[in-house]
Formats: sequence, C-alpha cells, structure tokens
Amino acid sequence: MLLLHGLWVIPALPLLGAAVNGLFGRKWPNNIVSAVGVGSTGLSFLASLEIMREFRRLPAEQIPWMRQYFTWITAGNFRAGFDLQVDQLTIVMLMVVTGVGWLIHIYSTGYMAHEGGYYRFFSYLNLFMFFMLILVMAANYVLLFVGWEGVGLSSYLLIGFYFLRKSAADAGKKAFIVNRIGDFGFMLGMFLLFRTFGSLDFGPIFAKAKDMPPDAIGQFGVLTIASLLLFMGATGKSAQLPLYVWLPDAMEGPTPVSALIHAATMVTAGVYVVARSHVLFTHAPTAMLVVAVVGCATAFFAATIGLVQTDIKRVLAYSTVSQLGYMFLACGVGAFSAGIFHLMTHAFFKALLFLAAGSVIHAMNGEQDMRRMGGLAGKIKWTYITMLVATLAIAGAPGFAGFFSKDAILFSAYQSETGGHILYAFGLFTALLTSFYMFRLIFLTFHGERRYDGRRVHAHESPSNMLVPLVILAALSIVGGWFAAPSFLPGGTDYFARFLGPVFGGAEGTGGEAAAHSLEITLAGVAVATALAGFFVALWLYIQKPDKPESLAKSLRGAYTTLLNKYYVDELYAAVVVNPLVWLSRKVLWQGVDVAGIDGAVNGIAESATAFGDRLRRTQSGNTRSYAVWVVIGALAIIVILFWPLIRPGAGGLR
Amino acid sequence: MTPATLHFVSGGHLLTVVIFFPALGALALLILRSEDHEWIRRVSFTVAAAEFVLSLLLIPGVPLGSGTYHLEEFHPWIASPPIQYHLGVDGISLFLVILTTFLTPISILASWTSIHARVKEFFVMLLLLEVGIVGVFLSLNLFLFFLFWEVMLIPMYFLIGIWGHERRIYAAVKFVLYTMAGSILMLVGILWLYNATGTFDLPTIQQMLQGGLLALSPRAETLLFLAFFVAFAIKVPLFPFHTWLPDAHVEAPTAGSVILAGVLLKMGTYGMIRFCLPLFPDASRRYAPAIAVLAIIGIIYGALVALVQPNLKKLVAYSSVSHLGFVVLGIFALQNISMQGAVFQMLAHGISTGALFLLVGMLYDRRHTFEIDDYGGLATPMPRLAAFFLFVALSSLGLPMLNGFVGEYLVLLGTYQVHWKWTAWAATGVILSACYLLWSYQRVFFGEVTNDKNRALADASARERWILASMAVVILWMGIGSPFFTRRFATSCQTVLDQMQRPWAYEAAAPRPTAAGPHASSSALGSSLERFGSR
Repeated sequence: MLLLHGLWVIPALPLLGAAVNGLFGRKWPNNIVSAVGVGSTGLSFLASLEIMREFRRLPAEQIPWMRQYFTWITAGNFRAGFDLQVDQLTIVMLMVVTGVGWLIHIYSTGYMAHEGGYYRFFSYLNLFMFFMLILVMAANYVLLFVGWEGVGLSSYLLIGFYFLRKSAADAGKKAFIVNRIGDFGFMLGMFLLFRTFGSLDFGPIFAKAKDMPPDAIGQFGVLTIASLLLFMGATGKSAQLPLYVWLPDAMEGPTPVSALIHAATMVTAGVYVVARSHVLFTHAPTAMLVVAVVGCATAFFAATIGLVQTDIKRVLAYSTVSQLGYMFLACGVGAFSAGIFHLMTHAFFKALLFLAAGSVIHAMNGEQDMRRMGGLAGKIKWTYITMLVATLAIAGAPGFAGFFSKDAILFSAYQSETGGHILYAFGLFTALLTSFYMFRLIFLTFHGERRYDGRRVHAHESPSNMLVPLVILAALSIVGGWFAAPSFLPGGTDYFARFLGPVFGGAEGTGGEAAAHSLEITLAGVAVATALAGFFVALWLYIQKPDKPESLAKSLRGAYTTLLNKYYVDELYAAVVVNPLVWLSRKVLWQGVDVAGIDGAVNGIAESATAFGDRLRRTQSGNTRSYAVWVVIGALAIIVILFWPLIRPGAGGLR
Repeated sequence: MTPATLHFVSGGHLLTVVIFFPALGALALLILRSEDHEWIRRVSFTVAAAEFVLSLLLIPGVPLGSGTYHLEEFHPWIASPPIQYHLGVDGISLFLVILTTFLTPISILASWTSIHARVKEFFVMLLLLEVGIVGVFLSLNLFLFFLFWEVMLIPMYFLIGIWGHERRIYAAVKFVLYTMAGSILMLVGILWLYNATGTFDLPTIQQMLQGGLLALSPRAETLLFLAFFVAFAIKVPLFPFHTWLPDAHVEAPTAGSVILAGVLLKMGTYGMIRFCLPLFPDASRRYAPAIAVLAIIGIIYGALVALVQPNLKKLVAYSSVSHLGFVVLGIFALQNISMQGAVFQMLAHGISTGALFLLVGMLYDRRHTFEIDDYGGLATPMPRLAAFFLFVALSSLGLPMLNGFVGEYLVLLGTYQVHWKWTAWAATGVILSACYLLWSYQRVFFGEVTNDKNRALADASARERWILASMAVVILWMGIGSPFFTRRFATSCQTVLDQMQRPWAYEAAAPRPTAAGPHASSSALGSSLERFGSR
C-alpha cells in the first residue's frame, strides 16, 4: 500500500520529463532526450501497474480511493482541491493512457529521429501525458477541467509542431478555439452543478444526484441541463457534431501525435466525462437521448466522408470521429461499460492504424496520398500485417477486439427503449461503411499496382523501435476484446463489465437472460455479415474493377464532390460564423462604434469646445475701438436692465 | 512577525514610509548629474526594489481572516476644514500595493536601454507615479485619496507626453481630460459628503451611513453614486468610456503602458469596491444590472475589437477592456465569490497584461513597429521570447493553473449563483480571448520569416530574460497557489458586502440628519477621534 498514498507520482513523472526536456533538452543529443521522455512515461506506466495491483486488494468501501494534496482555489464555500482519485474507471483509463502512451513514445524515437525540435516534441508529448493523467485521476470537476484544458493546450502545441507551415499553425489554433467553444458549455455546466450541489467534488455531487428524482423525458430540470452542458464540452473535445471540424485538420501534426492524442486518448476524454458523470446522465433521459442521437449521427456522418478521402491520415481521422460516435451512442443508451470498452479497444487498434500509417508514410518519404501508393504489401511486410490486423479489428472480424466492443454497443442500442431500432440501423449501416473504407485503405495502399515513382521512392521497412510498438498493439488488437467476450461464447465472461460494475452499477444490459442470448447471437451474425459485405464491395471496387471507382465518381458527381468536400461544413462555418464576426468586429464595432461613434463624439465635444473658445478669443482682439464698442454696448445693457421696470411695455412709462 | 510588533518596529509609520519612500528616491535622483545615465538607472532600480521589499512587510501586517484596516495612521493635518492624514491597509489594498511596487522595478528594468532622452526626468516621473498610486490605495481620507488620485495624473501625463510615440501629445491630453472629467464629478461628490457629515474620513462616513446617523435620500444617493461611479468607470475603463485607453497605451512608452494597465486601471475598480458599494448600497444595487450589462458589453466588445486590430499594442489595450469587464461584473454581482474573483482578476490582469506590454515593448525595441503585419515567423529567430510570449498569452486567455483562470473562473462562478444569464454572456469572452490571442500569436511568431528585417533579430537578452522569468514565476504561483492571495482578502470582500447592509429602516429609525447636519458631524468626528484615542 505504498504507491496508493502517492498517487501524485503518476502525473508528476511526465511533468518532470516535460520540464527537464523543455528547459535543458535543446542542447542534448537525441538519445538523452528520448531517455528522459520515454523513461518518465515508462515509469508512469509501471507506477500505474503497481497502482492497479494495490487497488485490487482494496476493500470495496474504500473505493473510490482518494488523496487530497492541496487546495488550489478557494473562495467562500467554494473549494477546488488538487485531489486525485482512483476507481475502476480510472484504472482502465490509466492503463490505456500510460500503456498506449508509452508505446507511442517509443515509436516516436524512431519516427521523429530526423526531425528538428526533437526535444520540443518530447517535452510537449510528456506535457500531454501529465494533463491527460490529471484528467482521468481528478476527483473534482475543476481539476478535471485543468486536464481538459491542458490536453487542449498540448494538442495545440503538437498540431502546430511544424509551425513554419501555415496549415499546421492554422489547424492548431482551430483545434484550440473549437475546443473552447465546447468548454464554454462545460464551464456553465460546472457553475450549475455548484449552484445545485454546493460543491464540485465528484463524491458529494454523485451521492446527492443519486437520490434526486430523474427528470422525465422532455423535462429540462437541473440535471438535464447540467448533463447537456457537460456534453457540449464533450462534443468539442471528442469531435462530435457539430464541433468535430477541428479533428481532421489536426492531422497536420506529426503522426505519433495523431495516434496518441487524436485517436487513442485525448479525444476520448469526452466519453470519459460522460461516463464519469453517468449518475447525472442516467437521471436525465433527454440528455441521454441527445447523447445517443449525436453519437449515432456523428458515427454515420463521419463514416460517409471517410469513404472518399484520399489522404491516408484523413481517412483515419474521420474514422476516429465515427468511432467516437459509437462510444457516445453506447453511453447514450446507458451501456457505459460498453462505451468504455470500445474506448479501450479503439485505443489499441486506432493507435495501431495511425502508427502503421506513419510507418507507411515513413516508407514513402512523406507521401500521404493513397492514390500515389499501391502494392506496398511485399515491401513493408510487418507494417502490412499489423495494419491488416487493426483493420480486421475495426471492421469487426469475429474474434478481434472491435468485434466484441462494437457488438456490445449495437446490441445495447437495439435494446434501447427510445428509438433503439433506428439507432441500431444507423449503427449497423455505419459498420458497413467502416468495413468498406478500411479495406479500401488497405487495398489502395498495399495491393494493386504500384502508383508511385519507384526511382524516387524506395519503400523501406521502418526501424525496430517503430515496429515493436506495432506488433504489441497488434497483439492487443486481437486479444484486447476477450476481456469482455460475451457470455454466449463458450467459457466467455464479460470480465470488463464485471470489473466496471461497481462504478456504473449493476444495471448493465449485456448478458444474463436466455432471450437476450439468442438475440445477441443473431445480431452478431448480422454484424459480421455486414462487415463482410463492406469487405467485398471494397474488394470488387479496388481490386477486381480498379477503373470502377472513377466511373462511379463521375456518374455520382454531386454526391461524390459533396463528400470529398466534407459536406462543405468548414465553408459553411466560415461563411456563417467566422467571416461575419470578423466583419462585424472590424467594420461595425471598431471602425464604426469605437472610432467614428464614441471617439467621434468625444473629439466632437473637444472640437466644439475649442471652436467656442476660438470665438471667445476673437472678442479679445486687442483692438481699442472694438473694446470701446463693447463698453458702450455693455453700458447700454446696464441702463436697460436698471430701468427695465420703468420702460417695460405696459408699466405705465415715466409718469 | 505579528501586526503589533510590526507596527511597533516601524514606529507606526510603515504605510507612510511605503508611500513616500519612492519620493525620497526621486529626490536622490535629482542630485545625480543628468548625463550619468548608468547611475540614474541603478539608483532608481535600487530604490524601487527596496520599495518592493518594504511593501512585502505589509503582508504580515494584515492577519489572515481579518476584514478591517491595519497599520492605521491617523494624524490631524489641516485644521479647517478638518482633514486628517488617515492611512490603512486591508486585504484588498494589500496586494494592489504590492502589485504596484512589483511592477515599478520591472518597468525600470524594461526601460533600461529604450529611454535615451531626459533619462533622469523619466525615472523621477516613474517614482513619483508610484507615490501617487500607492497613496491612492492606502488613503482612508477622501481628501487625501483625491489628492493622490490627481497627483498621479501629472507624472503619467509627462510619461506619455514626453517619452511616448508619434501621437503622444494627443494621447496624453486625451488621457488627462478624460480622467479629469470624472474626477470633477467625484470632487463634487466628496464635497457634498463633507458638507453633510463635516468630515472627509472614510470610516467615519461609512459608520454614519451604516449606523443611520446620516440618511441619504434616494435621489441624493443616486447622484452621489453616479458622481463616484463615473469617475471610476472612466478609469477602469468601462464601456463606453474606454476610448482614451487604446490611444494612451499605444503612445505610452513601455513602462508607462505596464503601469497604466497593471495598476492605474485598478484604481477604478478599487474605488468601486471601496466607495461605491459601501457608501451607496441602494444605488449600487439599483444600478448593478445596468452596470453588469455594460461590463458584459465591454467583455465581448473589447474582445471582438481586439480581434481585428492590426496594431499589436492596441490589441493588448482592447484586451484590457475585455478583462476589466470581468472585474466590474464580479464586483456588481454583489456576491462574495465573484467579488473575490474580481479582486484576484485585478491582480492577475496586472501581471499578465503587464507582461504582454513588456513583450510588445521588447519587440518594439528591436523593430520599432507595432504592426502585426511587419512581423511573422519570429519563433525562428527568437525561440525564447516566443516561448515567453506564448506562456503569457496562455495566462491571459485563462488557462487553468495559470493566474488568469482563477479570477475569471471565480467571477463567473460567483455571478452564476445569482444571475446565470450574465455568466452565460460573459463566458463567451473565454472563447473570444483564445481567438484574438492565438490568432495574433500565430501571425507574429509562426510561419516562415517573410520580412528580411526580422531574420536576424536577437533573442531575449539576459536582462529581458530576468524580467520575463520573474513575471512567469508570479503567473505560475498565482495560478497554483491562489489561496495565498484569496485567504488574505476573502474577509475584506465579505466586509464590503456587510457594509452594504443597512440594519435600520429609512423612515422609522433615522432622524432627519441633513437638518441636524452640524450636530451630527461634530459627534461623528468626536467618535472617530475617540476611536483612535482609545488605542
């Protein structure tokens, strides 16, 4: 029971690494920088393993295990402490974040080896780890918000890592600002929670919320509004409709960043927050419905865009948006542990997809356009095999990780009372699209004819420090699903849901009754068939009839260009929000109200005062004759005033 | 050191020393030869640094959890009319004084190489400015307060008018006229209060008003409130009284901008807390919604106008309008948490915006331009300065764990408890501040260097690094260790809110005090003298 008392060690290690590399790393050779960066994260991973070991021995009444370190903000009855906690959900997140994070750090030592700013990269990456760990270990919403904003900052720094490129700097800024829009909601949600519960600590809020009567559907009580506001933050961080626009652009960052931040960990923070606040959400059916619908819609919407993208990383980016939608769909129908399970398996296979894509890009000397690849399977065998494993996992091939987690989500959606069948139908169709665009990616990249200039590009396999993480993640993409192998399989038990049971309560939908069993098996069969369909369509289009996609695109020009241009959403936002706001600020507020209006009025007053004084000054001309005139006029005036009672009309005159 | 020992050690004159020590320094500067620039700088920096250390002695002077004035000094000064030299410090003024004494040596360091003409006069003015500002924060007598309030204008006028940039005269005159317009109203208000009470002593007037010895008719209270409020609102500046600010900032030398944004603006919000709320509570309550609306307009408007500024310094100036809007909102939400947030935001803004002006000044020293378009890609030639700039920008946009977050968060949180709609509008400022800061940062520092003049710019010098590092340390400390500050002014904030309570009913309890004016005033003065005699 040593490390449980020093929970702070886990986030502190990467923070230390970030500080050391950031302050001194500039003059160090790469291997020292890597040692600090990888070492601190590795130690953090080991510490997390130790925490998990100790945690399993804790008696149930001591969970969540909490440590209070210091008071960070206090005013009146408000207190925000630097309080860390560990419960089952935190353990899962810790494992994912430090485990996958460590692998990606290792991979980066190979991938970034020839890049400038090596120390800067590792410093930022460690900083990200610090904030992400704060996020998942925080015991109150304010500290969670520290991590929340902090990962946004690290993301900003890492997306803009190649800051000499305008597109990269733009993308970083866009990510931060769009996230801030979500944070606006998140903050208001916190304020409402504080007004309602008088605290922002998880313990008191959830304890009190548990006893509150749930809102009816369509009723906007406190819990519903608070949940919706928190979810607004989640849509920003986790790239859901309508705030998903930053994530595809975030691919400007180095590929390990895309894998770690924009696939495996940071973007899942929104899902984590919803799951963490499940007590609030389950008391707010309207909010749950919104979460499910937004998640489902995003999953479908992003998958359609992914169908036609040609940049290998962009396909994966839209795929990530889509898969995050699945996680929200799960939360929205109340299957929180299924959502977190998909979060975990997705972290494995999506990190793998990105890292493998990075390996491809590495092999192709920076080429990211799949139209200029092809036939790489034989040249970079390890990359090919691992990427194929990840593709099978995400497509839902039986036995692979994604099969179990996606299956659990679709099954829960199907059973959901409100609109379950519609959600299920969209979810299933999205699975078809997923399978199609992923195999499209595989076929375009690794199969078919070579479409690049073999004289200029010598496709080569990546070094071992990049391949080893790929292989480990591939293994996890296969076995990672068996934690939750549904009970209909022989000997299978949903260990995952059982482990998370104390957090989410026993009301999980999966497993149990015999009726559900046969249904689940049927649905699983349907899902596999759907995935196969996607595979065959991709096979037919990209292997057997390679000319077909082009002619299809021609015959469906309208739909194709709409998808290729991502439904013109960026253009729409620019035209409706960004440009009018800038125009309003520049032409109306600044040049109109400020300069012409207020300042004009002020200067006008000043000028009229000057002008008035100027007139007055003219009377003081120094001309004796004009003074004489004034004296006479004055004298006359005095006389008139003095004698006014006598000479006034009707006064009787000088009688 | 307990307050009592401190008081004893300083001979009971610690506050006087803290106010006038820089004036001594200014005198010492006068002795030096004007050509002896190096020594002038050294002496003024030493004086300012010593003043900073002196002001730190005030911290043990204000015990935790106390909401009253400490280290008070009370001496008869002018017999007729009766004006006392009355000083005191509480949790709110404590850190404003320290902020002033911290920013002054920093500004002196920042002016080390950038001031070439009339060097001696420059530093004399800077030190005299410090006297005026610290005096404002420590005065408990309305006359004395007004005196310092006006005295501070003179050095600032010269700082802008002599050492400023192209349109300095216009800006200096505008600054003075704006402030004077408000001051005159305040002077009328002060004289009215004297006429009604026979004293200029703030605590005495406060007691008389709260105890029912003096009852203001609603009309009189409203007029008085407005007289004070407008003077303060111009200083803050609250929308729509803000147009002097961009001009003054752009034209002022770096040191002037730092002090102006760092502390001068806070004299306005300080005045609101110290005078408007406790003396005229009913009017404050009545006008709070209107003022909050102006504050919210200021937050959004300032941010939007900052967004489109082509001039970097003007951008920072408009961002002040936005940030000070949070302070005013926090004050007029009339709520403990939001008031603490407002005070904290005053300090945080002083540091962050002061640092931003320092950084902009450092860029100006190198390139002699404030136009954003003249820059671009500076992160390549000056990585250190770029890193500091980003750090400060992040603190200004309210990143958690840095100082800007705490104030903004508490203001919004506190305001939400009573007026959620105000908060919802004001919180959009959180989005907008990210927009203007990150956008301008990108245009100045990211991308390739496009202008050849920027290619070989020197990175931060050792002196600049010291300046920026000390600012960064404070930013971080305030962001992580905020209770060190809030615990010291929490009770004072509550005291202000308590002083707004009037335990008696207007019609029933109060005699007609205006009729009994002379009598009331003499007894009030008696009571205040008794208060100090009994110590």
